[in-house]
Amino acid sequence: MSTDETGHGGAITPDNAGESTASGQELLQLITPEGERISHPEFDFWVKDITDEQLCSLFEDMTVIRRIDVEATALQRQGELALWPPLLGQEASQIGSGRAMRADDFVFSSYRENGVAYCRGVDLTDLLRVWRGNASGGWDPYSINMATPQIIIGAQTLHATGYAMGIQNDGADAVAVTYFGDGATSEGDVNEAMVFAASFQAPVVFFCTNNHWAISEPVRLQSHIHLAERATGFGIPSLRVDGNDVLAVMAGTRLALDRARRGGGPTFIEAVTYRMGPHTTADDPTRYRDANELEDWAAKDPISRLASLLDRKGLLTAELQEQVRRKADSVAAEMRRGCTTMPDPQPMDVFKHVYSAPNSWLERQQDHYARYLASFGDPAGAVSEEGAR
Amino acid sequence: MIKEFRLPDLGEGLTESEILSWKVDVGDTVSLNQVIAEVETAKAVVELPSPYAGVIKELHEQPGSVVEVGKPIVSFEVPDDAGTAPSDPAGTLTAEPGQRGAETQKREPNLVGYGAVVEGSGRPARRPRNFTAPVVGAVKTEPVKIEPLKTEPVKTAPVQTGPSVVEPAETRPADTATAERPRSTPPVRKLARDLGVDLARVPGTGPGGLITREDVRGFAGHNEEAVPPLAEPVALSGSRLGERETRTPIKGVRKYTAAAMVQSAFTAPHATEFLTVDVTPSLELLARLKNSREFAGFKLTPLTLAAKAVLVALRRNQALNSHWDEERQEIVTYNYVNLGIAAATPRGLTVPNIKDADTMQLPQLAQALTALAETARAGKTTPAELSGGTISITNIGVFGIDAGTPILNPGEAAILGLGAVRTLPWEYRGEVALRQVITLSLSFDHRLVDGEQGSRFLADVGTILAEPGMVLTMV
Repeated sequence: MSTDETGHGGAITPDNAGESTASGQELLQLITPEGERISHPEFDFWVKDITDEQLCSLFEDMTVIRRIDVEATALQRQGELALWPPLLGQEASQIGSGRAMRADDFVFSSYRENGVAYCRGVDLTDLLRVWRGNASGGWDPYSINMATPQIIIGAQTLHATGYAMGIQNDGADAVAVTYFGDGATSEGDVNEAMVFAASFQAPVVFFCTNNHWAISEPVRLQSHIHLAERATGFGIPSLRVDGNDVLAVMAGTRLALDRARRGGGPTFIEAVTYRMGPHTTADDPTRYRDANELEDWAAKDPISRLASLLDRKGLLTAELQEQVRRKADSVAAEMRRGCTTMPDPQPMDVFKHVYSAPNSWLERQQDHYARYLASFGDPAGAVSEEGAR
Repeated sequence: MIKEFRLPDLGEGLTESEILSWKVDVGDTVSLNQVIAEVETAKAVVELPSPYAGVIKELHEQPGSVVEVGKPIVSFEVPDDAGTAPSDPAGTLTAEPGQRGAETQKREPNLVGYGAVVEGSGRPARRPRNFTAPVVGAVKTEPVKIEPLKTEPVKTAPVQTGPSVVEPAETRPADTATAERPRSTPPVRKLARDLGVDLARVPGTGPGGLITREDVRGFAGHNEEAVPPLAEPVALSGSRLGERETRTPIKGVRKYTAAAMVQSAFTAPHATEFLTVDVTPSLELLARLKNSREFAGFKLTPLTLAAKAVLVALRRNQALNSHWDEERQEIVTYNYVNLGIAAATPRGLTVPNIKDADTMQLPQLAQALTALAETARAGKTTPAELSGGTISITNIGVFGIDAGTPILNPGEAAILGLGAVRTLPWEYRGEVALRQVITLSLSFDHRLVDGEQGSRFLADVGTILAEPGMVLTMV
């Protein structure tokens, strides 16, 4: 995978780190919507190691996850997936933060962070398993240090905080990162998680993707202040970053990760972005939001913005575009193949993931069930029983 | 090799979708994920990307048709050497076409599991779509972009707008039956509210009769000129603010109710009878039932027993369950009972009925009554539930009223009004005691029912409620 270990960079901390000035009203931006790189006295430090090559690689990742998103949406329309939550417009938030993390950090995400999962190196077929209705969970969370997506709004913030408290007990310097949306900040779970994280100074980063819409509920109805300011009430330092600016997101996430590693406790990041697509493939946003709003945000598109920056730097060559396109196409084809050839789950599979180790009680049930299935004269039951062990 | 594409469930638990337009024609060569059709579900208008690379062989459905999930809508001629089809690089789809097809067929349309097959009338009422002549591919409605299916992400094209060339054509009768609020957008409704304009009176000039911002402004301006400012209200002794009268357009349920009542009152000669009975034994029975295991969890009220009493009494008095067919000069006596229950809903009076109520045991009847009331209160009663009633009950007792002269639900022979249960001094075993008493009001169509039959029926209902055990003598 193209996830690099850039999180290892930034071993030296500037003197003013931790006294973030990007809190409250200020929106951290390092690339303007027109693609101009603007300097920032504090945050330039956090992305100073990003080379031109890495910029191109960020561009590739963002383009690839948009392609994954488009392909999965098409698969849903073709009846291959039951549902899909598109991330269109949120690529910079996901890649900028996803690539700031270390392999031993642990991600607890909502259902829309498929781009983050890509950064973690998820198998593309695993990404679709749940949405195809073939499994209750797509992958082994420890294989990529990312929990399977949480559907319950905000519940994952509690899991992340608990995991972070575990890191503290281990004396490790890993960080738990939890992703949630603007709507989730109004949920009890998220508030409880922030109370605990602040009390225990747990190494957890609260990454709030403010995409402006909690399904059909606009963020302005949920909060009269910036969501980042909510964290202040819990005693958690916060910052607002331009969620469509991949460098700003990366800089903000790196600062938060660094603070957590050094025992500085939790940080709340509000990534201000926009869900350009529907909430899920079962939603029609034109019923509740103004087309003008979408147009405004299309002008701030995260990928075009990075493309403009690359263009200014003379990096957006035809060769690069072709290479990125080929990569995106091959990833999409691989994912489609994985999806359409995914074997259907077998009846005996329900016994597979209940307990970590076999036990006689479960084996007895399994035996009963196998014999019950066999009573239909269907040898499939007996065969998959083999597979279940 | 021919590949059929069946309409998938496009949004959690949908059972059908309407084909709005085809973006391709028979003979066209399409690539994988190329948009081939625009489809409207109950939730959204979506674009269908092609699942195959190949040639369009056949379009099974015309624009405007409503297709069940799982029905084939288009067939493709797909090259046999699967290697060239990007959709199917492994060649697995073509390897076992039969199995794959069977699998698709086997798979129930609802992947999520809810959303059972519903009656056609159960789907949300939607505006009729207007089409130009059904020339495939020529229809140029404005697609609502759900998600840009662009593979080239660098430039995001601005949202395309253009005049849509729709013109009023076919209007499906099913849709016109449903009264809908005037067509406009939320901001325009807000504007109308702010300006005090009733949208029902504003002619829309937008596509499909859509009322635009300008229409509302124009209407408001026009009215300002046409209607002279109200004269200063004459000072009254009290302090009355605002207009002296409010004029509300007659529409919706009010209009329908009025028409039905006029039709009923001036077609069927009404006669009304009253009977006041001591229902203490019925209420004691209710209390016992509520504590019994069999009825645990069921909502039991005097209405439940009254409904049952009506159903029992109807068996001996079938004339009350009949219909006057003026046109054919016949009396229709129903051998089933669709029991209507008048319900006050947020939208007005409706009389949904319980189909084949006479076949129901008491628990099912109780359940049906509860469901009917909840559906009506939520305003979700379907047209099917409102039609086909054979006799009705109106529970005026819930408003604390004793008796009245109910007007028949049009086409029905009788309606029973249920008064409030009151604690009154009453004759009981030769003495005066405090008893639970209710008044029953029965209106019937005198063309169908004479005083004798009406009285016998009402007496039967009263007897059952006064002494539930008497049912034994009636069944």
